[in-house]
Amino acid sequence: MSEKVLMKGNEAIAESAIRAGCRFFFGYPITPQTELAAYMAKRMPKEGGTYLQAESEVAAINMVYGAAAAGARVMTSSSSPGVSLKSEGVSYIAGADLPCLIINIERGGPGLGSIQPSQSDYWQATRALGHGDFQMVVYAPATVQEMADVAYGAFDIADKYRTPVMILGDGMLGQMMEPVELPERKTDLPEKPWATTGHGNVRQKNIANSLYLDAEELEKSNIARYERYDQIKANEQRAELVDCDDADIIIVAFGASSRIARSAVRAAREEGIKAGLFRPITLWPFPVDALEATKAHAKAYLSVEMNMGQMVDDVRLVVRDAAPVDFYGRVGGVIPTPAEVLNKIRQINEGLGE
Amino acid sequence: MEEMRVVFAGFGGQGLLFAGKVVAYAGLLDEHEVSWLPSYGPEMRGGTANCSVTVSDEPIGSPLIMNPNVLIAMNNPSLIKFESEVTPGGKIFIDTSLINREPERDDCQVYALEATNMAEEAGLKGLANIVLVGKMLKETGFCSFETIEAAIRKTVPPRKAALIEKNIEALKLGMNA
Repeated sequence: MSEKVLMKGNEAIAESAIRAGCRFFFGYPITPQTELAAYMAKRMPKEGGTYLQAESEVAAINMVYGAAAAGARVMTSSSSPGVSLKSEGVSYIAGADLPCLIINIERGGPGLGSIQPSQSDYWQATRALGHGDFQMVVYAPATVQEMADVAYGAFDIADKYRTPVMILGDGMLGQMMEPVELPERKTDLPEKPWATTGHGNVRQKNIANSLYLDAEELEKSNIARYERYDQIKANEQRAELVDCDDADIIIVAFGASSRIARSAVRAAREEGIKAGLFRPITLWPFPVDALEATKAHAKAYLSVEMNMGQMVDDVRLVVRDAAPVDFYGRVGGVIPTPAEVLNKIRQINEGLGE
Repeated sequence: MEEMRVVFAGFGGQGLLFAGKVVAYAGLLDEHEVSWLPSYGPEMRGGTANCSVTVSDEPIGSPLIMNPNVLIAMNNPSLIKFESEVTPGGKIFIDTSLINREPERDDCQVYALEATNMAEEAGLKGLANIVLVGKMLKETGFCSFETIEAAIRKTVPPRKAALIEKNIEALKLGMNA
């Protein structure tokens, strides 16, 4: 076991990605993800890798596209407005069925917004980071350790399903330090027979492309991609359940807001309120199966988010009319307090008694 | 241990984030759960800087401390901003070289020391932050001296290794204050 060290979330993602075999980083600076790029600038040359600060986010994501096509483990990182700029390139990468890792350390929006933590890019990440029919696997870690863990595994998932993968964090998780045990270096990375590395006159040429002039060919490629999405939905849903077994009220929260919700749930239990925390670790695929199972006993749901109410849609799609689904959120970079969430839990609990 | 929630607050440049990191590292070395969360943003340039450090035996929920039981304040605005948030019975450490007002709380223990002047007189300019950590360690006993010393050795970056002994001197200065 390696020694535990104290690291920022941004740094833990970077180090873990390097240990997972990532040797190419292309980005453009933006707060609050800066430490991630700074860490890569320092470490990549020592690993024989490439750190490149591009002239813009658009350039950076297209460099990711190129490196991914050539079969490299490659990533980029940014924060909300910068991620929007990358959206065209992400759609191309998805259309060309290429694996890569994209980090969004969210800040308040819309527009340039604030530089304080936010979760207001949930819809963007899970519904449409770019045009066209596509999805990508989205992880929402809640601790620095989990940031390292999901970054380490993300490249394997990206390679396995040939899809971009996103880690959706926020300024709080990116900036905070916690003890982290870093993973061992990966040594045997998967073969990529599809990579555009030069045919050397010994095989058919490989092409990375998202342009189809034949409508039926394009339809086929979309349908094949959605068959892979079905596998992802079947195999990759992840969630953590805390005190949900006997819970009347289930708080659904991810990432930073799940930390606040965890404090509130603990306080509610101390008051004798049967509250539990359901924490999606994958936002796409949403952990539908685990949440569905809680419907057997839960009397009410509360989605706690640092936005105006986005994930609550996915909660309602699962819960439907089995129980009321309420929402509590703060936005713009304001972090909700455990006391605010506890108050909301108390209100819901009083309503249950009626 | 009882959960310790420390807010370090003062001006940017006083080393509050570093002091917080030393305390967090000490918690890590003693195998507690720890979190360290800085304030960040434009307010750090010459304005106020603060960080939240939690050391606990339970998984830490919100790393943003709303109700500290320890406050280390190194300027007037910080004392004004955070004093009211300290839980009753909490401990407030103030650098009276820089703070010229009395804390208003009478339900907290207040430890006042001229940390900045003490550090300067001892040839430890810029280490008032660690003097205050030393005092805080003496009054809370949250870890052993060996642990905090090891934490300093972990936290001082290699290129500044020459400052390790000075930090340890500053720590002792605070502990004996």
